[in-house]
Amino acid sequence: MGIAAEALKNFKGFNLKNMPEVEPVSPGHRACQGCGEVLALRQAMKALGTNVVVCSATGCMEIITSPFPQTAWRVPWLHVAFENAAAVAAGVESAYKAMNRKGIIKSPDTVFVAYGGDGATADIGLQALSGALERGHNFIYMCFDNEAYMNTGVQRSSSTPFGAQTTTSPPGKMSKGQATQKKNLPEIAVAHGTPYVATACPAFPVDLMNKVKKASLVPGPAYIHIYSPCPTGWRCGIEESVEMARLAVQSKVFPLYEVIDGVYYLSRKVAKPKPVAEYFKPQRRFRHLTEADVQQIQARTDAEYDRLVAKCVVEVKEKKEKE
Amino acid sequence: MSKRVGVEVSIAAADAVGLCDVDVVAAYPITPQTHIVEHLSELVAEGHLDAEFVPVESEHSAMSACIGSSAAGARTFTSTCSQGYALMSELCYIASSLRLPIVMAVANRALSAPISIWNDHADLMYARDSGWIQVIGENGQEIVDLTIAAFRIAEDPKVLLPVQVNLDGFTLSHMIEPIMMPDKKEVKKFLPPYKPQLRLDPANPVTLGPVGMPDVYTEARKAQDEALKSSKAEIVKVFNEFGKQFGRKYNLIETYKSEDAETIIVTMGSISQTAMTAVDAMRDKGKKVGVVRIRVFRPFPADEFFAAIKGAKNLVILDRVTSFTGGYISGPVCLEIKSILYDRKHYPKIGNFLAGLGGRDVTDQNFVEMVDKVAASKDGGVPLAYEFINVRE
Repeated sequence: MGIAAEALKNFKGFNLKNMPEVEPVSPGHRACQGCGEVLALRQAMKALGTNVVVCSATGCMEIITSPFPQTAWRVPWLHVAFENAAAVAAGVESAYKAMNRKGIIKSPDTVFVAYGGDGATADIGLQALSGALERGHNFIYMCFDNEAYMNTGVQRSSSTPFGAQTTTSPPGKMSKGQATQKKNLPEIAVAHGTPYVATACPAFPVDLMNKVKKASLVPGPAYIHIYSPCPTGWRCGIEESVEMARLAVQSKVFPLYEVIDGVYYLSRKVAKPKPVAEYFKPQRRFRHLTEADVQQIQARTDAEYDRLVAKCVVEVKEKKEKE
Repeated sequence: MSKRVGVEVSIAAADAVGLCDVDVVAAYPITPQTHIVEHLSELVAEGHLDAEFVPVESEHSAMSACIGSSAAGARTFTSTCSQGYALMSELCYIASSLRLPIVMAVANRALSAPISIWNDHADLMYARDSGWIQVIGENGQEIVDLTIAAFRIAEDPKVLLPVQVNLDGFTLSHMIEPIMMPDKKEVKKFLPPYKPQLRLDPANPVTLGPVGMPDVYTEARKAQDEALKSSKAEIVKVFNEFGKQFGRKYNLIETYKSEDAETIIVTMGSISQTAMTAVDAMRDKGKKVGVVRIRVFRPFPADEFFAAIKGAKNLVILDRVTSFTGGYISGPVCLEIKSILYDRKHYPKIGNFLAGLGGRDVTDQNFVEMVDKVAASKDGGVPLAYEFINVRE
């Protein structure tokens, strides 16, 4: 049994009856209406509780929670720069390790978290993340993926999906929008030998919280990729962000899975998938795409999903989770 | 009682860090800093130093990890130079603004291009406006002593600023010098355990590094500037206490035969030794020459500096960096000095010389030429804002 599986063998998760009441991220922050990212952050932090130190990359979740002299954080929180949350968390974790060993502090169970958006993770912070995963620091990295640089005004990142319109991948006579395929960050984390890797989204909060909790129990690094709808950037209705997250899973665009000690587990089998077109329709970032374009994306989505399923040795039976 | 032992300055610097019982070292290798971090990793591997050695993947992550570590309340050290400093510089500005008492040894090296691993002060000047305290050592003993003093200065509750200990790459870092290593118990007495005012502690949550809107940003910057300003008195206090305990007294400004000097050579770092040798030779020939060495560049000890040079008619000011002003404005050290003199309405003749760039030797004879050139110049000093020394035209 691998180290992650060993740590999780007696795992008893959250369910709708034992939801923790603690809110490490308090209400009253400055997120946009309908923000799917802050919802995911709230769920993740509820799962972790208060014996935690959080390192934030620059981005939406940083600016909306920390305009001095106010703060939405009820747990220790440090923001340094855009591209280095993983390295900062590595420093915090190393400090705790040394100080616990030397008897300067007694805090052996504190959990260390770094988070960033997709730009902070897939682009500018990829090197710092890779270094921290490779060195094996005992920390959780959470990527809140809203598929573009939303904080600066919806510019494309390497996590923006093919065809999406952003302010730096505009469709036009010579362009279909984003010209490249989305970078597969969970696979990059898996390639580092990371003991625990998972994908999650806020439309499935129990699943998200259990994955974050598991990540905190596994010794060594853990990586969680969290799909975080952004009505402002995706140009859908503010009441539609949870629905978008759900549709992304149901259309196989964003499959939910775990990789424990390198072994893939599908968290939720998509038995009757919805067409990608249904997921695209409410989002004006895809409005310019032709039917042929969408068909092409559908084919790739199916192929990617099949590739993932083929890797999964165990398929968890369909869960009934009320959202 | 400790005794003098011949040791490479980099090794001695690392041993000094070990004596300070640091908790975390996060570093990335770059020539000529390597021996410092290699030796630290060895101290940790052998169990001589109980610390986490974090072999990060870049200097950017080195300073990032140092910020995380220091914010968590750990005594934290790193070392770099040149391109490494340039890469981490974004975080250096943040480290000082977050008021984190990190200590960093910089084995001063030129900046690219062309790539040069050799010594000058390009990285030191790159860091000039970063809000760090900058001290510059002349010899190995000084590097050891300043490193120990640096932690005490940085962690002083009235200071809480990071400190850069500068040592000239190769010309100092790789020399074997007779060095007296302080006794571990004595260092412990001099440097009590770090007691952070604020730390990342779940029992006492704090938000560090928040957004500063226009209504608070100026105040934050002013507060930081005040901290650097008031650090000068604390540095003097720490130097004095160090002198009392270890018998080696340090000043912000160091002088050599400058009291009656007509011409004063202004230097920083190990090149001062060559300058002193040149001064001895010139004194033998009846020239009234002296050296004033700047040991602390930030905060700049303006009053102490002025007191040291005010009797001189001529100043030879060395800058070991090109700051690309297009020929109209002096190098950075000279610029500081001109500003001090202007404020005090005192106008000696000045020659500003860019010397020892990218490892180019500066000889005794060069100093003689510089001194003669300024002495022979008309009022106002050498007409050019600065001149390159030892350059092939």
